[in-house]
Amino acid sequence: MLSVSHLTCQRGERVLFRDLSFALPAGQWLQVAGANGAGKTSLLRILAGLSEPAAGQVTWNGQGLRKDRAAFHADLLYLGHQGALKEELTPLENLALSLGMEGFPPDEAKVTEALHRFGLQGREMLPARYLSAGQRRRVLLSRLLLRPAPLWILDEPFTALDVHAVATLCQLIENHLAAGGSAILTSHQTFSLPAGLSVTL
Amino acid sequence: MSGFLTPFRQAVRRDLLLAARHKTEVITALFFFVIVVNLLPLGIGPDADLLRKIAPGALWIGALLATLLGLQRLFAPDHQDGTLEQMALSPQSFTLLIAGKIMAHWLVSGLPVVLIAPLLGVQFDLPARSLGILTLSLLLGTPILSLIGAVGAALTLGVRGSGVLLSLLILPLYIPALIFGAGAVEADLAGLGFEGHLSLLGALLLACTVFAPWVTTVALRVALE
Amino acid sequence: MSTSLINWFKFASPASFYPLAGRMVPWFAAATLLLAAAGLWVGLAVAPTDAQQGEGYRIIFVHVPASWMSMFIYCVMAFWAALGLSFNTRLSGMMTSALAPTGALFAFLSLWTGSLWGKPMWGAWWVWDARLTSQLILFFLYLGFIALQAAIDDPRRADKAGAILALVGVVNVPIIYFSVQWWNTLHQGASVSMTKAPSMAHTMLLGIRLMALAFWAYTITMALIRVRCIILERELTSEWVKKNAME
Repeated sequence: MLSVSHLTCQRGERVLFRDLSFALPAGQWLQVAGANGAGKTSLLRILAGLSEPAAGQVTWNGQGLRKDRAAFHADLLYLGHQGALKEELTPLENLALSLGMEGFPPDEAKVTEALHRFGLQGREMLPARYLSAGQRRRVLLSRLLLRPAPLWILDEPFTALDVHAVATLCQLIENHLAAGGSAILTSHQTFSLPAGLSVTL
Repeated sequence: MSGFLTPFRQAVRRDLLLAARHKTEVITALFFFVIVVNLLPLGIGPDADLLRKIAPGALWIGALLATLLGLQRLFAPDHQDGTLEQMALSPQSFTLLIAGKIMAHWLVSGLPVVLIAPLLGVQFDLPARSLGILTLSLLLGTPILSLIGAVGAALTLGVRGSGVLLSLLILPLYIPALIFGAGAVEADLAGLGFEGHLSLLGALLLACTVFAPWVTTVALRVALE
Repeated sequence: MSTSLINWFKFASPASFYPLAGRMVPWFAAATLLLAAAGLWVGLAVAPTDAQQGEGYRIIFVHVPASWMSMFIYCVMAFWAALGLSFNTRLSGMMTSALAPTGALFAFLSLWTGSLWGKPMWGAWWVWDARLTSQLILFFLYLGFIALQAAIDDPRRADKAGAILALVGVVNVPIIYFSVQWWNTLHQGASVSMTKAPSMAHTMLLGIRLMALAFWAYTITMALIRVRCIILERELTSEWVKKNAME
């Protein structure tokens, strides 16, 4: 369970949000809503332990995020709005290398299967620079299939996706929740997921 | 033990693969080293005695500048495309991943300099014995340049005018390595022992290996905030 | 134990430090003027003319304290940097950046006066003496610190990055100093050493000490003034600034 208490986020002199508290139990998902520049990405980065809040604290299963980084990171899958793709590598290489750096033995068959699931047949060996924005996003999302993690934090996961990919992703998130996982996401698109929690900044 | 070093190996492998896709960048840094060192005689004159005297310093300064060239791109591309963020969130040790990146940087920018240095030393009319000491001093010294440089690259990551700033931060910190490295050859040419210089260089390398990757990760976490 | 800790952290908050610093500034400014006047009087009027160096030596009353201060301030910066990184106090970062310009000024002053002194002593404006060279490198370290802080927009990141740099620098300063000395003995560059005559007149030492104290008070004055500016700049939007500091 992720719990957030009295969180304040400040960027420069501007306070983005103040005194934010909520808890996300296992099997639930949370949508972070708010206008552009309201601090959605800043909140997600704090929840992922990348930035430090100006005040307040975040705990995962009762522990501060920086107490045991390795344990928290093993439970966390964070996909930012940057692609986290190397242009000069193929999707296959990209995923295999990042899995390797996260300490999972890269299994080529599994990676290929994940890419297929997101409709990237025939693109496995193409350098990522030749991929469209939507295809890049799908490569990034394939990571959800490759590494088990109870907590997903997804920044604008639906951006640039077509209807099929949106449906695939929703299906994935539903399965994840059914298996007792939890997810936090931001989005400006419409998508269909079972009712979840929401926070508006 | 091998399990402990897995993230390190993975990061080295990744960065070498990336470097292999950018062969021109690697060759550019090496070519830069060769041309800077070759410009010196043109500026100073072809007097063999004088050239022999300045050779160690000239090659070392060339190596410093060539290292700086690659450092600007040590973390910046990974920062831009978000892969650095993913590394920082890896369940594996971020410090070991970063150590792997530094190692790869040395393999790509330091090692070629070490290998070509004897050839340039010959141009400066260095005797064979001095060539050996020079190469050895660069072999011990160039990893120090990559290690200290990584700290600077992390501190200036994503900052306005980071290239010039990086040089301003890092070059003063390179002075001990320069003094002990170039000094080893000069001491030998002057008939004094070179072992003292090299062992100090070795001690510096050891200290940097232990502390620099750790300080770099601290600085990177600050930069990622 | 615990109460003293709480008190310290109370003053570590910019809101309570701002007025305190304001009250301290005039005292330290007055001390600077008095000590500098006394130091200059002893140095220029009371101390005897040096047998070998004539009147030119009197530059040491600025040179030596400036060199001391430039090194000392870097250590103080590193101290605040360590404090800031370990306790995450905002004031520490502000103190570090408030001290840097004064440190750089003293390093520059030390180089300048050293060179002025060098001309009559060695016949050259610049000699690659180990101390002068180390001082020059220290000056570069200050410039690097100031440039790094100036280049980073987010003040929190600027503080942390600056703190890391200050700590890396302070570890390196002795290594650099040692290596430069090593280099100097290898090359036998400057045969004239800067070491003063062994029997320094009592009044000379007094003059140097008075000037050192004056520089010390000056450093504190400037640091406090600068910290107040930095606090205002950063906390412009906060309630207490609007209420108390803008009257």
